Amino acid sequence: MFEISNSSWLSEEVKTGTTIMAIEFDGGVVLGSDSRVSAGEAIVNRVMNKLSPLHDKIYCALSGSAADAQAMADMVSYQLQLHSIEMGEAPRVCSAATLVRNISYKHKEELSAHLIVAGWDRRKGGQVFVTLDGMIARQPFAVGGSGSSYIYGYVDSTYRPGMTKEECLHFVTNTLTLAMGRDGSSGGVAYLVTITEKGSEEKVILGNELPAFHDE
Amino acid sequence: SFQTTIMAVEFDGGVVMGADSRTTTGAYIANRVTDKLTQIHDQIFCCRSGSAADTQAIADAVTYQLGFHSIELDEAPLVQTAANLFKEMCYKYREELMAGIIVAGWDKRRGGQVYTVPMGGMMVRQPFSIGGSGSSYIYGFVDSSYKSGMSKEECLQFTANALSLAMERDGSSGGVVRLAAISESGVERRVILGNQLPKFASC
Repeated sequence: MFEISNSSWLSEEVKTGTTIMAIEFDGGVVLGSDSRVSAGEAIVNRVMNKLSPLHDKIYCALSGSAADAQAMADMVSYQLQLHSIEMGEAPRVCSAATLVRNISYKHKEELSAHLIVAGWDRRKGGQVFVTLDGMIARQPFAVGGSGSSYIYGYVDSTYRPGMTKEECLHFVTNTLTLAMGRDGSSGGVAYLVTITEKGSEEKVILGNELPAFHDE
Repeated sequence: SFQTTIMAVEFDGGVVMGADSRTTTGAYIANRVTDKLTQIHDQIFCCRSGSAADTQAIADAVTYQLGFHSIELDEAPLVQTAANLFKEMCYKYREELMAGIIVAGWDKRRGGQVYTVPMGGMMVRQPFSIGGSGSSYIYGFVDSSYKSGMSKEECLQFTANALSLAMERDGSSGGVVRLAAISESGVERRVILGNQLPKFASC
Protein backbone atom coordinates (compact mmCIF):
# COMPACT_ATOMS: atom_id res chain seq x y z
CA MET A 1 0.00 0.00 0.00
CA PHE A 2 1.13 3.53 -0.64
CA GLU A 3 1.24 5.89 2.27
CA ILE A 4 0.21 9.46 1.79
CA SER A 5 3.18 11.46 2.99
CA ASN A 6 2.79 14.44 5.23
CA SER A 7 2.08 16.99 2.51
CA SER A 8 1.31 20.49 3.62
CA TRP A 9 -0.37 21.32 0.35
CA LEU A 10 -3.31 19.07 1.23
CA SER A 11 -4.19 21.34 4.11
CA GLU A 12 -3.01 24.75 2.92
CA GLU A 13 -5.51 27.25 1.57
CA VAL A 14 -5.58 27.47 -2.19
CA LYS A 15 -4.54 30.95 -3.30
CA THR A 16 -4.18 32.50 -6.68
CA GLY A 17 -0.79 34.11 -5.81
CA THR A 18 -0.87 36.02 -8.98
CA THR A 19 -0.11 39.02 -11.06
CA ILE A 20 -3.05 40.75 -12.71
CA MET A 21 -3.24 43.93 -14.70
CA ALA A 22 -5.68 46.04 -16.70
CA ILE A 23 -5.13 49.15 -18.83
CA GLU A 24 -7.41 51.53 -20.73
CA PHE A 25 -6.75 52.77 -24.24
CA ASP A 26 -8.85 54.93 -26.53
CA GLY A 27 -11.53 52.50 -27.62
CA GLY A 28 -11.20 49.70 -25.06
CA VAL A 29 -9.19 47.90 -22.44
CA VAL A 30 -6.57 45.17 -22.21
CA LEU A 31 -6.54 42.75 -19.25
CA GLY A 32 -3.73 40.35 -18.44
CA SER A 33 -2.96 37.67 -15.87
CA ASP A 34 -0.54 34.85 -15.12
CA SER A 35 -1.81 31.28 -14.69
CA ARG A 36 -0.43 29.91 -11.42
CA VAL A 37 -2.59 28.68 -8.50
CA SER A 38 -0.65 27.62 -5.43
CA ALA A 39 -1.47 25.82 -2.16
CA GLY A 40 1.51 26.48 0.06
CA GLU A 41 4.54 25.40 -1.97
CA ALA A 42 2.70 23.26 -4.46
CA ILE A 43 1.29 24.55 -7.73
CA VAL A 44 -2.15 23.00 -7.97
CA ASN A 45 -3.01 24.49 -11.35
CA ARG A 46 -0.44 25.90 -13.75
CA VAL A 47 -2.81 26.89 -16.53
CA MET A 48 -5.66 28.65 -14.73
CA ASN A 49 -7.27 31.53 -16.59
CA LYS A 50 -7.82 34.27 -14.04
CA LEU A 51 -9.62 36.55 -16.45
CA SER A 52 -13.28 35.80 -15.93
CA PRO A 53 -16.10 37.22 -18.06
CA LEU A 54 -18.83 39.07 -16.16
CA HIS A 55 -20.65 40.01 -19.36
CA ASP A 56 -19.95 40.19 -23.11
CA LYS A 57 -17.74 43.24 -22.84
CA ILE A 58 -16.86 43.28 -19.16
CA TYR A 59 -14.22 41.03 -17.62
CA CYS A 60 -12.68 40.80 -14.18
CA ALA A 61 -9.21 39.69 -13.11
CA LEU A 62 -9.06 37.46 -10.01
CA SER A 63 -6.47 37.52 -7.24
CA GLY A 64 -6.18 36.42 -3.61
CA SER A 65 -8.08 33.39 -2.35
CA ALA A 66 -9.14 31.31 -5.36
CA ALA A 67 -12.44 30.21 -3.82
CA ASP A 68 -13.44 33.70 -2.68
CA ALA A 69 -12.55 35.26 -6.02
CA GLN A 70 -14.48 32.69 -8.04
CA ALA A 71 -17.50 32.94 -5.73
CA MET A 72 -17.54 36.74 -6.07
CA ALA A 73 -17.21 36.58 -9.84
CA ASP A 74 -20.09 34.07 -10.09
CA MET A 75 -22.37 36.20 -7.90
CA VAL A 76 -21.61 39.38 -9.80
CA SER A 77 -22.05 37.72 -13.17
CA TYR A 78 -25.52 36.54 -12.11
CA GLN A 79 -26.54 39.94 -10.69
CA LEU A 80 -25.21 41.73 -13.75
CA GLN A 81 -27.13 39.49 -16.13
CA LEU A 82 -30.35 40.17 -14.23
CA HIS A 83 -29.67 43.91 -14.24
CA SER A 84 -28.92 43.89 -17.95
CA ILE A 85 -32.20 42.12 -18.75
CA GLU A 86 -34.16 44.57 -16.60
CA MET A 87 -32.48 47.58 -18.24
CA GLY A 88 -32.85 46.12 -21.71
CA GLU A 89 -29.32 47.15 -22.70
CA ALA A 90 -25.71 46.20 -22.16
CA PRO A 91 -24.55 46.93 -18.60
CA ARG A 92 -22.07 49.66 -17.78
CA VAL A 93 -18.60 48.84 -16.50
CA CYS A 94 -19.15 50.95 -13.40
CA SER A 95 -22.28 48.91 -12.60
CA ALA A 96 -20.24 45.73 -12.65
CA ALA A 97 -17.54 47.33 -10.51
CA THR A 98 -20.15 48.62 -8.05
CA LEU A 99 -21.63 45.13 -7.67
CA VAL A 100 -18.17 43.74 -6.94
CA ARG A 101 -17.51 46.53 -4.47
CA ASN A 102 -20.82 45.93 -2.67
CA ILE A 103 -19.97 42.28 -2.05
CA SER A 104 -16.36 42.92 -1.02
CA TYR A 105 -17.31 45.72 1.34
CA LYS A 106 -20.21 43.91 2.98
CA HIS A 107 -18.14 40.77 3.56
CA LYS A 108 -14.85 42.57 4.13
CA GLU A 109 -13.91 40.47 7.14
CA GLU A 110 -14.60 37.07 5.59
CA LEU A 111 -13.38 37.50 2.05
CA SER A 112 -9.80 37.86 0.95
CA ALA A 113 -9.92 38.39 -2.78
CA HIS A 114 -9.30 41.38 -4.98
CA LEU A 115 -10.96 41.75 -8.37
CA ILE A 116 -9.97 44.30 -11.01
CA VAL A 117 -12.98 45.04 -13.25
CA ALA A 118 -12.45 46.29 -16.79
CA GLY A 119 -14.49 46.54 -19.98
CA TRP A 120 -16.09 48.67 -22.64
CA ASP A 121 -19.49 50.36 -22.64
CA ARG A 122 -21.20 52.79 -24.95
CA ARG A 123 -21.25 55.67 -22.48
CA LYS A 124 -17.61 56.00 -21.47
CA GLY A 125 -15.66 53.58 -23.66
CA GLY A 126 -12.85 51.60 -22.06
CA GLN A 127 -12.68 51.76 -18.26
CA VAL A 128 -10.65 50.08 -15.51
CA PHE A 129 -11.89 49.93 -11.91
CA VAL A 130 -10.09 48.71 -8.78
CA THR A 131 -12.13 47.33 -5.88
CA LEU A 132 -9.51 46.57 -3.25
CA ASP A 133 -10.74 46.17 0.33
CA GLY A 134 -14.26 47.32 -0.54
CA MET A 135 -13.53 50.65 -2.23
CA ILE A 136 -14.06 51.55 -5.87
CA ALA A 137 -11.85 53.78 -7.97
CA ARG A 138 -11.38 54.29 -11.69
CA GLN A 139 -7.75 54.35 -12.86
CA PRO A 140 -6.04 54.58 -16.26
CA PHE A 141 -4.34 51.28 -15.42
CA ALA A 142 -4.22 48.95 -12.43
CA VAL A 143 -2.00 46.13 -11.20
CA GLY A 144 -2.82 43.62 -8.49
CA GLY A 145 -1.88 40.37 -6.81
CA SER A 146 1.29 39.36 -5.00
CA GLY A 147 3.45 39.85 -8.08
CA SER A 148 2.36 43.44 -8.48
CA SER A 149 4.81 44.75 -5.83
CA TYR A 150 7.74 43.94 -8.07
CA ILE A 151 6.47 45.86 -11.07
CA TYR A 152 5.39 49.18 -9.61
CA GLY A 153 8.69 50.74 -10.63
CA TYR A 154 8.41 49.36 -14.15
CA VAL A 155 4.82 50.48 -14.76
CA ASP A 156 5.44 53.91 -13.20
CA SER A 157 8.37 54.50 -15.51
CA THR A 158 6.89 53.01 -18.69
CA TYR A 159 3.24 54.08 -18.68
CA ARG A 160 2.29 57.09 -20.78
CA PRO A 161 -1.24 58.28 -21.43
CA GLY A 162 -2.51 57.81 -24.98
CA MET A 163 -1.00 54.41 -25.82
CA THR A 164 -2.47 52.42 -28.72
CA LYS A 165 -3.96 48.94 -28.44
CA GLU A 166 -0.75 47.27 -29.68
CA GLU A 167 1.39 49.29 -27.27
CA CYS A 168 -0.93 48.30 -24.42
CA LEU A 169 -0.69 44.60 -25.33
CA HIS A 170 3.09 44.89 -25.45
CA PHE A 171 3.17 46.76 -22.12
CA VAL A 172 0.96 44.17 -20.38
CA THR A 173 2.97 41.23 -21.77
CA ASN A 174 6.27 42.74 -20.59
CA THR A 175 4.88 43.64 -17.18
CA LEU A 176 3.45 40.17 -16.55
CA THR A 177 6.70 38.55 -17.68
CA LEU A 178 8.78 40.68 -15.30
CA ALA A 179 6.47 39.92 -12.39
CA MET A 180 6.43 36.17 -13.14
CA GLY A 181 10.21 36.28 -13.18
CA ARG A 182 10.45 37.53 -9.62
CA ASP A 183 7.30 36.36 -7.79
CA GLY A 184 7.25 32.70 -6.78
CA SER A 185 3.45 32.72 -6.65
CA SER A 186 3.09 33.90 -10.27
CA GLY A 187 4.06 31.97 -13.35
CA GLY A 188 2.98 29.70 -16.17
CA VAL A 189 1.51 31.32 -19.25
CA ALA A 190 0.17 34.82 -19.83
CA TYR A 191 -3.51 35.26 -20.64
CA LEU A 192 -4.57 38.46 -22.36
CA VAL A 193 -8.04 39.77 -23.17
CA THR A 194 -8.74 42.80 -25.37
CA ILE A 195 -12.21 44.35 -25.11
CA THR A 196 -13.47 46.91 -27.62
CA GLU A 197 -16.76 47.95 -29.17
CA LYS A 198 -16.55 44.93 -31.44
CA GLY A 199 -16.33 42.45 -28.57
CA SER A 200 -13.70 40.58 -26.60
CA GLU A 201 -10.69 38.70 -27.90
CA GLU A 202 -8.74 36.20 -25.77
CA LYS A 203 -5.12 35.32 -26.29
CA VAL A 204 -2.57 33.05 -24.62
CA ILE A 205 1.18 33.53 -24.69
CA LEU A 206 3.00 30.34 -23.78
CA GLY A 207 6.03 30.28 -21.49
CA ASN A 208 8.63 29.97 -24.22
CA GLU A 209 7.09 32.80 -26.24
CA LEU A 210 7.30 35.37 -23.44
CA PRO A 211 9.92 38.14 -23.85
CA ALA A 212 13.34 37.47 -22.35
CA PHE A 213 15.24 39.99 -20.25
CA HIS A 214 18.90 40.56 -19.55
CA ASP A 215 19.68 37.57 -17.35
CA GLU A 216 18.07 34.93 -19.54
CA SER B 1 16.13 51.54 11.63
CA PHE B 2 16.12 52.10 7.95
CA GLN B 3 13.94 50.02 5.69
CA THR B 4 15.38 51.77 2.70
CA THR B 5 16.28 51.34 -0.93
CA ILE B 6 19.90 50.62 -1.83
CA MET B 7 21.56 49.70 -5.11
CA ALA B 8 24.92 49.09 -6.72
CA VAL B 9 25.86 48.52 -10.40
CA GLU B 10 29.17 47.39 -11.96
CA PHE B 11 30.51 49.08 -15.07
CA ASP B 12 33.74 48.59 -16.96
CA GLY B 13 36.25 50.34 -14.74
CA GLY B 14 34.29 50.69 -11.50
CA VAL B 15 30.98 50.70 -9.68
CA VAL B 16 28.12 53.08 -9.01
CA MET B 17 26.32 52.89 -5.66
CA GLY B 18 23.15 54.63 -4.56
CA ALA B 19 20.82 54.90 -1.58
CA ASP B 20 17.87 56.93 -0.32
CA SER B 21 18.29 59.00 2.84
CA ARG B 22 15.42 58.15 5.20
CA THR B 23 15.84 56.64 8.69
CA THR B 24 12.62 55.90 10.57
CA THR B 25 11.66 54.96 14.11
CA GLY B 26 8.09 53.77 13.53
CA ALA B 27 6.31 56.50 11.60
CA TYR B 28 8.72 59.27 12.64
CA ILE B 29 11.55 60.08 10.24
CA ALA B 30 14.47 60.31 12.62
CA ASN B 31 16.90 61.44 9.93
CA ARG B 32 15.84 62.60 6.45
CA VAL B 33 19.37 63.15 5.15
CA THR B 34 21.07 59.93 6.26
CA ASP B 35 24.21 58.75 4.52
CA LYS B 36 23.82 55.04 4.00
CA LEU B 37 26.90 54.75 1.77
CA THR B 38 29.70 53.99 4.21
CA GLN B 39 33.36 53.93 3.34
CA ILE B 40 35.16 50.74 4.38
CA HIS B 41 38.44 51.48 2.66
CA ASP B 42 39.83 53.92 0.07
CA GLN B 43 38.00 52.32 -2.84
CA ILE B 44 35.52 50.02 -1.11
CA PHE B 45 32.12 51.17 0.14
CA CYS B 46 29.04 49.45 1.47
CA CYS B 47 25.32 50.26 1.29
CA ARG B 48 23.47 49.53 4.53
CA SER B 49 19.86 48.43 5.01
CA GLY B 50 17.98 46.98 7.96
CA SER B 51 18.81 48.00 11.52
CA ALA B 52 20.85 51.21 11.64
CA ALA B 53 22.60 50.14 14.83
CA ASP B 54 23.48 46.66 13.60
CA THR B 55 24.82 47.81 10.26
CA GLN B 56 26.88 50.62 11.78
CA ALA B 57 28.43 48.21 14.26
CA ILE B 58 29.21 45.65 11.54
CA ALA B 59 30.64 48.29 9.22
CA ASP B 60 32.89 49.64 11.98
CA ALA B 61 34.16 46.15 12.79
CA VAL B 62 34.84 45.32 9.15
CA THR B 63 36.55 48.69 8.56
CA TYR B 64 38.93 47.89 11.42
CA GLN B 65 39.61 44.33 10.27
CA LEU B 66 40.15 45.38 6.65
CA GLY B 67 42.45 48.25 7.63
CA PHE B 68 44.58 45.89 9.67
CA HIS B 69 44.65 43.31 6.87
CA SER B 70 45.65 45.95 4.35
CA ILE B 71 48.60 47.08 6.49
CA GLU B 72 49.76 43.49 6.92
CA LEU B 73 49.56 42.85 3.20
CA ASP B 74 51.07 46.25 2.38
CA GLU B 75 48.68 46.78 -0.52
CA ALA B 76 45.08 47.77 -1.19
CA PRO B 77 42.58 45.10 -0.09
CA LEU B 78 40.36 43.22 -2.52
CA VAL B 79 36.62 43.94 -2.66
CA GLN B 80 36.06 40.20 -2.32
CA THR B 81 37.94 40.25 1.00
CA ALA B 82 35.72 43.01 2.34
CA ALA B 83 32.63 41.13 1.19
CA ASN B 84 33.84 37.96 2.90
CA LEU B 85 34.46 39.80 6.16
CA PHE B 86 30.87 41.11 6.06
CA LYS B 87 29.62 37.64 5.24
CA GLU B 88 31.50 35.99 8.13
CA MET B 89 29.98 38.36 10.64
CA CYS B 90 26.47 38.41 9.17
CA TYR B 91 26.35 34.61 8.99
CA LYS B 92 27.84 33.92 12.44
CA TYR B 93 25.43 36.27 14.18
CA ARG B 94 22.52 35.77 11.81
CA GLU B 95 19.97 35.18 14.58
CA GLU B 96 20.80 38.40 16.40
CA LEU B 97 21.37 40.72 13.46
CA MET B 98 19.03 42.42 11.02
CA ALA B 99 21.34 43.61 8.27
CA GLY B 100 21.17 43.60 4.48
CA ILE B 101 24.41 44.92 3.01
CA ILE B 102 25.70 45.51 -0.51
CA VAL B 103 29.51 45.73 -0.75
CA ALA B 104 31.02 47.37 -3.82
CA GLY B 105 34.27 48.90 -4.93
CA TRP B 106 37.26 48.78 -7.24
CA ASP B 107 40.46 46.79 -6.94
CA LYS B 108 43.42 46.14 -9.22
CA ARG B 109 42.75 42.44 -9.72
CA ARG B 110 39.13 42.38 -10.87
CA GLY B 111 38.13 46.01 -11.42
CA GLY B 112 34.63 47.05 -10.38
CA GLN B 113 32.72 44.46 -8.35
CA VAL B 114 29.38 44.28 -6.53
CA TYR B 115 28.73 41.66 -3.83
CA THR B 116 25.44 41.30 -2.03
CA VAL B 117 25.22 40.03 1.57
CA PRO B 118 21.47 39.87 2.34
CA MET B 119 19.91 38.92 5.68
CA GLY B 120 20.87 35.40 6.63
CA GLY B 121 24.48 35.84 5.60
CA MET B 122 24.93 34.47 2.11
CA MET B 123 27.26 36.26 -0.29
CA VAL B 124 27.15 36.37 -4.06
CA ARG B 125 28.67 38.57 -6.76
CA GLN B 126 26.16 40.16 -9.16
CA PRO B 127 26.45 42.58 -12.10
CA PHE B 128 24.03 44.78 -10.17
CA SER B 129 22.17 44.41 -6.90
CA ILE B 130 19.20 46.05 -5.20
CA GLY B 131 18.22 45.80 -1.55
CA GLY B 132 16.05 47.15 1.23
CA SER B 133 12.27 47.31 1.53
CA GLY B 134 11.90 49.62 -1.45
CA SER B 135 13.70 47.19 -3.73
CA SER B 136 10.59 44.97 -4.15
CA TYR B 137 8.93 47.68 -6.22
CA ILE B 138 11.76 48.08 -8.70
CA TYR B 139 12.60 44.47 -9.60
CA GLY B 140 10.52 44.78 -12.76
CA PHE B 141 12.12 48.09 -13.66
CA VAL B 142 15.73 46.98 -13.20
CA ASP B 143 15.11 43.62 -14.92
CA SER B 144 13.78 45.41 -17.98
CA SER B 145 16.21 48.35 -18.08
CA TYR B 146 19.55 46.80 -17.20
CA LYS B 147 21.91 46.01 -20.03
CA SER B 148 25.50 44.91 -19.63
CA GLY B 149 28.23 47.22 -20.91
CA MET B 150 26.73 50.49 -19.65
CA SER B 151 29.01 53.50 -19.17
CA LYS B 152 29.48 55.29 -15.84
CA GLU B 153 27.01 58.05 -16.76
CA GLU B 154 24.40 55.50 -17.89
CA CYS B 155 24.83 53.60 -14.61
CA LEU B 156 24.38 56.81 -12.62
CA GLN B 157 21.18 57.61 -14.54
CA PHE B 158 19.92 54.01 -14.16
CA THR B 159 20.55 54.09 -10.40
CA ALA B 160 18.94 57.52 -9.95
CA ASN B 161 15.84 56.44 -11.91
CA ALA B 162 15.48 53.17 -10.02
CA LEU B 163 15.85 54.82 -6.61
CA SER B 164 13.36 57.59 -7.50
CA LEU B 165 10.75 55.03 -8.55
CA ALA B 166 11.24 53.07 -5.34
CA MET B 167 11.09 56.19 -3.18
CA GLU B 168 7.83 57.14 -4.87
CA ARG B 169 6.15 53.86 -3.84
CA ASP B 170 7.85 52.83 -0.58
CA GLY B 171 6.86 54.75 2.53
CA SER B 172 10.08 53.77 4.27
CA SER B 173 12.30 55.27 1.55
CA GLY B 174 12.60 58.93 0.67
CA GLY B 175 14.51 62.17 1.02
CA VAL B 176 17.45 62.67 -1.31
CA VAL B 177 19.36 60.25 -3.51
CA ARG B 178 23.00 59.79 -2.56
CA LEU B 179 25.28 58.42 -5.26
CA ALA B 180 28.92 57.35 -5.25
CA ALA B 181 31.00 56.36 -8.28
CA ILE B 182 34.16 54.37 -7.46
CA SER B 183 36.89 53.72 -10.01
CA GLU B 184 40.65 53.46 -10.28
CA SER B 185 41.00 57.23 -9.94
CA GLY B 186 39.07 57.37 -6.67
CA VAL B 187 35.61 58.13 -5.33
CA GLU B 188 33.18 60.73 -6.63
CA ARG B 189 30.11 61.47 -4.49
CA ARG B 190 26.93 63.20 -5.56
CA VAL B 191 23.58 64.15 -4.06
CA ILE B 192 20.35 64.56 -6.00
CA LEU B 193 17.90 66.73 -4.05
CA GLY B 194 14.15 66.05 -3.90
CA ASN B 195 13.10 68.57 -6.53
CA GLN B 196 15.80 67.44 -8.96
CA LEU B 197 14.78 63.77 -8.95
CA PRO B 198 13.71 62.27 -12.30
CA LYS B 199 9.97 62.50 -12.85
CA PHE B 200 7.73 59.91 -14.49
CA ALA B 201 4.45 60.26 -16.35
CA SER B 202 2.17 58.57 -13.87
CA CYS B 203 3.34 60.62 -10.86
